[in-house]
Amino acid sequence: MRIAAETAQPAPERAPAGEAPWRRFAAEFCESRLAIAGVVLLALIVVAALAAPWIAPQDPYDLAQLDVLDSKLPPGSQSLSGHTYWLGTDDQGRDMLSAILFGLRISLMVGVASTLGALAIGLAAGLAAAYFGGWVDAAIMRIADIQLSFPAILIALILLALLGQGAGKIIAALITVQWAYYARTVRSSAMVERRKEYVEAARVLALSQPRIVFRHLLPNCLPPLIVVATVQVAHAISLEATLSFLGLGLPITEPSLGLLIANGFQYLLSGKYWISFYPGVALLATIVAINLVADQLRDVLNPRLQR
Amino acid sequence: MLAYALRRLGQSALVLAVMSFLVFLGVYAIGNPIELLVNPEADQAERLRAAAALGLDKPLLVQYGVFLLHAAKGDLGRSFVYNIPAIQLILERLPATLELALAATVIAVLLGIPLGLLAGLKPHSWVGRSIMAGSIVGFSLPTFWVGLVLIMVFSVELGWLPPNGRGQTVSLLGVPVSFLTWDGLRHLAMPAFNLALLKLSLLVRLTRAGTREALLQDYVKFARAKGLPMRRVIGVHVLKNIMIPIVTVIGLELGSVIAFAIVTESIFAWPGTGKLLIDSINQLDRPVIVAYLMVIVAIFIAINLVVDIAYSMLDPRVRIGTAAPAH
Repeated sequence: MRIAAETAQPAPERAPAGEAPWRRFAAEFCESRLAIAGVVLLALIVVAALAAPWIAPQDPYDLAQLDVLDSKLPPGSQSLSGHTYWLGTDDQGRDMLSAILFGLRISLMVGVASTLGALAIGLAAGLAAAYFGGWVDAAIMRIADIQLSFPAILIALILLALLGQGAGKIIAALITVQWAYYARTVRSSAMVERRKEYVEAARVLALSQPRIVFRHLLPNCLPPLIVVATVQVAHAISLEATLSFLGLGLPITEPSLGLLIANGFQYLLSGKYWISFYPGVALLATIVAINLVADQLRDVLNPRLQR
Repeated sequence: MLAYALRRLGQSALVLAVMSFLVFLGVYAIGNPIELLVNPEADQAERLRAAAALGLDKPLLVQYGVFLLHAAKGDLGRSFVYNIPAIQLILERLPATLELALAATVIAVLLGIPLGLLAGLKPHSWVGRSIMAGSIVGFSLPTFWVGLVLIMVFSVELGWLPPNGRGQTVSLLGVPVSFLTWDGLRHLAMPAFNLALLKLSLLVRLTRAGTREALLQDYVKFARAKGLPMRRVIGVHVLKNIMIPIVTVIGLELGSVIAFAIVTESIFAWPGTGKLLIDSINQLDRPVIVAYLMVIVAIFIAINLVVDIAYSMLDPRVRIGTAAPAH
């Protein structure tokens, strides 16, 4: 997903020399109102997901709190005990709002954990390929090429069909699918950085190889990586939801958003739309918020657009 | 040229061999199909007899060897559930998947290229901006959720289109197709559009970027200076030059459309190979899973091979370096 930065923006005043790079970064980031909206939305979603056990009206996993008599109630109905189900209930009488808050937690957790894992592996592989070159480079990049020539969903599906269900397994599958993107990104920027004078200077100073790779090369390869990682979190969340929807992701005991949607799908044709629809809205809001942030990060961190 | 093609063919064969082993190895590891297939009250002797009949009692490598030997003859095992050859099952379902994939590609092309052209010609107008905003949304929406909303709106609320199945089919050269009957077309509309959405967004972006680039070229300026009507400049000079990357991407993406059909088919209960795969995974129907994966991997490798070789014929520079897939 490449979104070209070509919206003509007024030239910003140059930050005075010596100002902290973070402040310049923040100022440039805030130039787009859409990006600010994305950050705010994302912050709200993350806080809501983290605070789910305290703010959710009900513990969706506690069967004692569920009442089957309250099942499949439309949004806004009253429960027998008097409180309101703002987003309706599912087939087991579970409050959808609570289920969505807890589902968000799992979806975000899977997305972030798999991104961090893939980032670590991809970073190591990409740096190794760029720094050592030769057959190491050829072997790593060949594997990445072959893998990238198949769609991510197909590879993840095969892996999950083999591994079975579970949070750990879906994270493993997502890492396998995603590492190649990072490896390629790191390699291409490290290949450029490697030839620059500061690396040569570090070599001349006889610094150790790990020190050159991690203290000199790595920090300069990070900006494009941050952009890829942001996009990939959204991608991972969407992929996890799809796989769970197909019944191959998480087990029913850990309902992510995708599983909630799948659970409501069978009631969709009888007009009980809310069981599927609202978890879908939460999923969509998360993905769109992350994409908005990623878009602006891409513009701000792109050295070719450096102003 | 021949050397390049041969080397590329060798690589493809290697990938196919490696994939076949991985798939076989992995599929071997899931569950024990005997538990599912034999009556739970059967005694041990009966289980062993069933395992022997299905060849499940032999060591793994022997099973793989037998599998390869049979695969070379076009026999990928018998479905545990349907008790017919797995490859036959796949081939029976393949036309439905291909019809869906082709319909989605046609929709993506017929809508994506004109919309992208429009957005490229008027990038700062509200039309151009809304087309681009639409394509961002098209990228962000997960396919399965779009399918769900389509069913919600067009089947449940409005009642215009049927939510599942293939509808009435007629035989075209011995292959059942839906698009020739009105009922079939109504069944095809939603899943095809659902599957097309992602490619549509991609094509809009690609066409727009290509158009904007082409408009700045000297040959376009010259054609306009010559006094050619705008219609001819766009229809011939611009479109012809941006078609090369677009055609490549359409070709490469055909494989991914077939892969994504797994999701769409599951939602709309479209009786194609993708739905068959999901059903087989749930029923641990091992031979069908292996057969599906082998067929889809073969399709993918074939597509990549054709695109790579076509590219090296068009552009000699590709042959010198190693060709990286354009994805």
